[in-house]
Amino acid sequence: MNTSKLGFDTINLGHGSGGTMTRDLLDKIIFKTFNNTFLNQKHDGSIVKFGGEIAISTDSFVISPIFFKGGNIGELAVNGTVNDVAMCGAIPKYLSLAFIVEEGLAIDDFIKIVNSVKGAADKSGVQIITGDTKVVERGKGDKIFINTTGFGEVHPKANISANNIKAGDKIIVSGLIAQHGMAIMSQREGLEFESTIESDSTNLNFLVNDLLDKFGNKIHLFRDPTRGGLASVLSEIATDIKKGVAILENNIPLEKQVAAACEILGLDPMYVANEGVFIAIVDANVADAVVETMQNNEKGKNTACIGEVTEEHPNKVVMKSLVGGKRIVSPLIGEQLPRIC
Amino acid sequence: MKYLSEYRNFEATKKYLDEIHRIATHNWNIMEICGGQTHSLVRNGILELLPEKVRMIHGPGCPVCVTPLNLIDKAIELLSNNVIVCSFGDMIRVPGSKKSLLEAKAGGGDLRILYSPIEAVSIAKENPDKEVVFFAVGFETTAPANALSVLHAEKEGITNYSILASHVLVPPAMEAILDDELCSIDAFLGAGHVCAIMGTQEYFPLVKKYKIPIVITGFEPLDLVQGIYMAVKQLEEERHELENQYARVVKEHGNKAAKDVIRKVFQVGNREWRGIGEIPNSGYVIRKAYRKYDAEAKFKVGNITAPENSDCIAGEILRGIKKPNQCGQFGKTCTPSNPLGAPMVSSEGACAAYFNFSDNLISS
Repeated sequence: MNTSKLGFDTINLGHGSGGTMTRDLLDKIIFKTFNNTFLNQKHDGSIVKFGGEIAISTDSFVISPIFFKGGNIGELAVNGTVNDVAMCGAIPKYLSLAFIVEEGLAIDDFIKIVNSVKGAADKSGVQIITGDTKVVERGKGDKIFINTTGFGEVHPKANISANNIKAGDKIIVSGLIAQHGMAIMSQREGLEFESTIESDSTNLNFLVNDLLDKFGNKIHLFRDPTRGGLASVLSEIATDIKKGVAILENNIPLEKQVAAACEILGLDPMYVANEGVFIAIVDANVADAVVETMQNNEKGKNTACIGEVTEEHPNKVVMKSLVGGKRIVSPLIGEQLPRIC
Repeated sequence: MKYLSEYRNFEATKKYLDEIHRIATHNWNIMEICGGQTHSLVRNGILELLPEKVRMIHGPGCPVCVTPLNLIDKAIELLSNNVIVCSFGDMIRVPGSKKSLLEAKAGGGDLRILYSPIEAVSIAKENPDKEVVFFAVGFETTAPANALSVLHAEKEGITNYSILASHVLVPPAMEAILDDELCSIDAFLGAGHVCAIMGTQEYFPLVKKYKIPIVITGFEPLDLVQGIYMAVKQLEEERHELENQYARVVKEHGNKAAKDVIRKVFQVGNREWRGIGEIPNSGYVIRKAYRKYDAEAKFKVGNITAPENSDCIAGEILRGIKKPNQCGQFGKTCTPSNPLGAPMVSSEGACAAYFNFSDNLISS
């Protein structure tokens, strides 16, 4: 897109006024980029048809920096919500897309983000069917915030519920942990360090769909360990199901560079955010086959079985350390803070 | 050498653990000085792998835990006076007498979390119309970088930078612990990174005076079990010597350049330790020549005092007299999300380490 034709270099308060400037922004960027039958009606909302049960999930994205190694806030806003819908055992179909833009955002950056939303939506097979753009005064936001809500059709074979989990179930992680959080950390103001760590932001819906096709109700739970990391999600699961979770530190997929970066910054990778990873809790009988299916998919090539559900130590996650000791894995409290020395 | 894998090797660690089990015939209390060592011991589940006869007692070497309450109040006072306050991460959640730095930030204060005080000098340079203060806490380990930030500001002619310093020293704290009549410690694991700066020499007088083994020890699981083995071996053989398990990092004379920088900016003086009280000559104070970089003098916050929560037994925890789970508030009114005292906040604090990694398992 040639930005000189737009007649503006930055987004200003007028673009959120609802008047002709708003219409200009929508016509020249939003409608032009997404160009689908829903948005082209330019109505207040869209009407869609679903055959059966619907899964709905919403998420707001406020990441800083908005551009990072391996992605930007636009694709993150699509993948994050697509994955949340997929974790419900559903096939994501539609997304809403709402921007809150701080005045002064370069139009080039806005276009990059919108294009990235479009690219990620196409890749995951979802359509943007409604949206909103608001502009706030400088200092009242942080460049751009995005909210997306996803709608998906529940997979006919899916029966995803923590209630289905029983002792002996295996806990499987689909990929290398802590990649996203450390990629962001390496670029955050004041902490910059050189690394080639990239965010793992990606859609997981096709892999999830594949697993549901093959294993159906033998898959008891999907969760994506985004904020709070693997530790927080496993702790939540243990508390919810009132059973124990036993995991082996040795089996947790962790790339060396990420491990080293965590070590240097005094962070525990178990608490660092992920974007392109999910946990599957599955019947022990199909665990090996699930792992094999996942490993044969590019998005699950680093899949590993990290432990199992137990009757022992209910409500707690216990990790066997590399040296054979045991420790509790607690949920994250507040933000993970770097240590002094 | 692959530091992240070889020092966490199962077989090598097990060899030392087996040896400790074999040679320990008496009950021994060994204090690991440094909070980093406490963190590693509990995080790797090493405590439960030791024989019952070998009890680890967790020492005062957590900078966050021993920084006096009034200093946090002083930093909060600066924040509310439009000063940019820069701090290491785990200091910001420690409760002051009314609130924490994190809460003061939510109230509108300009608080920055940094990894290096040199970055604070850059912030001062970028904000010439604002005052910038670095919350310079820690042991001998962080003192060189904090001193260097002052020298850096001086060299660059930056006048809107100062440090709120509360540096404490390990040997006087060990001496205070040993002088306590309730002390039951038989040997120390010395703090590896402190010794990387200061060397090993200042520990000889302690070994001699108190006839106590000191083993300078690292932080990885293999370091710790080897250090414990060396300490137990000395005790069983009735020796009391200074040994250096962490020789790959710690040299006898330490790091001369770092010590020179410390000496230039700081001098040894009395320091208050949170939970312990004032220990003579146990810390660094800023030399007169660098007084203009001393935030306490610059902003006249030196008189702020703050009482401790009387329910918190942090002092006894830090001196190794009690274990976290022997505190009536532990896990009840005092948790990491609602800490009564600093040892429950920092990941190096003994209480938080117990709560997060081990003791809530036992209490379940």
